[in-house]
Amino acid sequence: MTGAFEWLTTGANWSGSGGVLARLFEHLWYTMLALAIALVIALPIGAAIGHTGKLTGLVSGLANALRAIPTLGLLILLALWGLNTLRGSISLLGPAIAVLVILAVPPILSNTYAGIAAVDPAARDAAKGMGMTNRQVLTRVELPVALPLIMSGIRSAFLQVVATATIAAVISLGGFGRYVIDGLAQQNYSMMVAGAFLVALLAIIGDRILALIAHFVVSPGLTGRSVKAKATTADMVVLKAQTNSGTG
Amino acid sequence: MNWAWLDRNTDQIVSWLIAHFWLALIPTVVGLLLALPIGALAHRYRWSYATLITLAGLLYTVPSLALFVVLPAILGTRILDPLNVIVALTLYTLALLVRVVADALDSVPPLVVQSASAMGYRPLKSLINVQLPLAIPVIGAGLRVAAVSNVSLVSVAALLGIPQLGQLFTVGFQLDFATPIIAGIVLCLLLAALFDVAIQLIVRFSTPWQRVVKSR
Repeated sequence: MTGAFEWLTTGANWSGSGGVLARLFEHLWYTMLALAIALVIALPIGAAIGHTGKLTGLVSGLANALRAIPTLGLLILLALWGLNTLRGSISLLGPAIAVLVILAVPPILSNTYAGIAAVDPAARDAAKGMGMTNRQVLTRVELPVALPLIMSGIRSAFLQVVATATIAAVISLGGFGRYVIDGLAQQNYSMMVAGAFLVALLAIIGDRILALIAHFVVSPGLTGRSVKAKATTADMVVLKAQTNSGTG
Repeated sequence: MNWAWLDRNTDQIVSWLIAHFWLALIPTVVGLLLALPIGALAHRYRWSYATLITLAGLLYTVPSLALFVVLPAILGTRILDPLNVIVALTLYTLALLVRVVADALDSVPPLVVQSASAMGYRPLKSLINVQLPLAIPVIGAGLRVAAVSNVSLVSVAALLGIPQLGQLFTVGFQLDFATPIIAGIVLCLLLAALFDVAIQLIVRFSTPWQRVVKSR
């Protein structure tokens, strides 16, 4: 433990291509790229399913099945395939990002459709009664009301992706996982623990930042507490929104 | 798929499968047993809820590989000791289930709790004999997620050289050979499905009243 502290406080470990700052940048790059792709996939599908109420059983079953796939196995399988068929940096980066996307999609997808499906039918009817089109109901009523749940889905996706980006180092990519994998190979226990500590720290700071973003993007009509909303309290969130807009 | 390779290595693969089974099962059971009293505590005392949930969330931010590496320093075990994996996954299971148990107990209708109290159940007896059984379906759903992700997480320990199905992944990588990797993924999926079905069956048989309600 003290060795890890010494490792972290040694200036030489922070600079250069294998330094902490360069590894931080790599780790963040994998994480953000995977999250962005997962958002592009999961948000529209989740919104469509939540809005129409179709295919929910199929998609939630699929999301659960995705959870069961051993990430390490899939990563190595795709990496072997990438090395044998693709050229350039994409041959390893592609598999790593694909695995992280598969990890990030289920929480975002299921929270999006659960959030939208839990929107009070009365609120939806009111929006239609006001003459909103289907698209307007989705973007102006359903998505904003579901936002606390969607954000919590993004947060748990972020946590999983940051933690799992560590194993990208197994297929000789960068990121903080390098310290753990290289430390293991070199029997440098201090470096391993330092790497583990850095990933946990990045996860905690990132999660706090996302919580802060959630706090600002969620409509003030949905109270701050609703950011931590669970599926079971989603109805209460909607109720609160209605009472707030009614009195204010 | 190279079936001859699988055939030659059947004994090794079976022993890895058995090790994998125990490494996933023990943390799931121990994590549940620990989560029940702690979750009940979070349910009973509101002030402890926020603290416990935040602590559990914090635990979840630590990557599994990192935990496998750090635990030997805390527990004084060797880095290859399977105990590290068991403790790490128990912590994850606990972190996930504390919230589930607390929320499941919260979702028991207050009228039921009041009826139990009116019938003379003391708080602890009401908790164990009335609230907990009614919370089983929700706790079971959480347990399924925990068990399935435990099966997947155990394989990460292969990077440290702890024998279980994850070894098939590292072997395949070193040999540039897809057969062991595919076999490992399939066996992991089957193991996850086994846990999933087993938990569903246990929930079904321990909540016979649900079937009665449905059949009416």
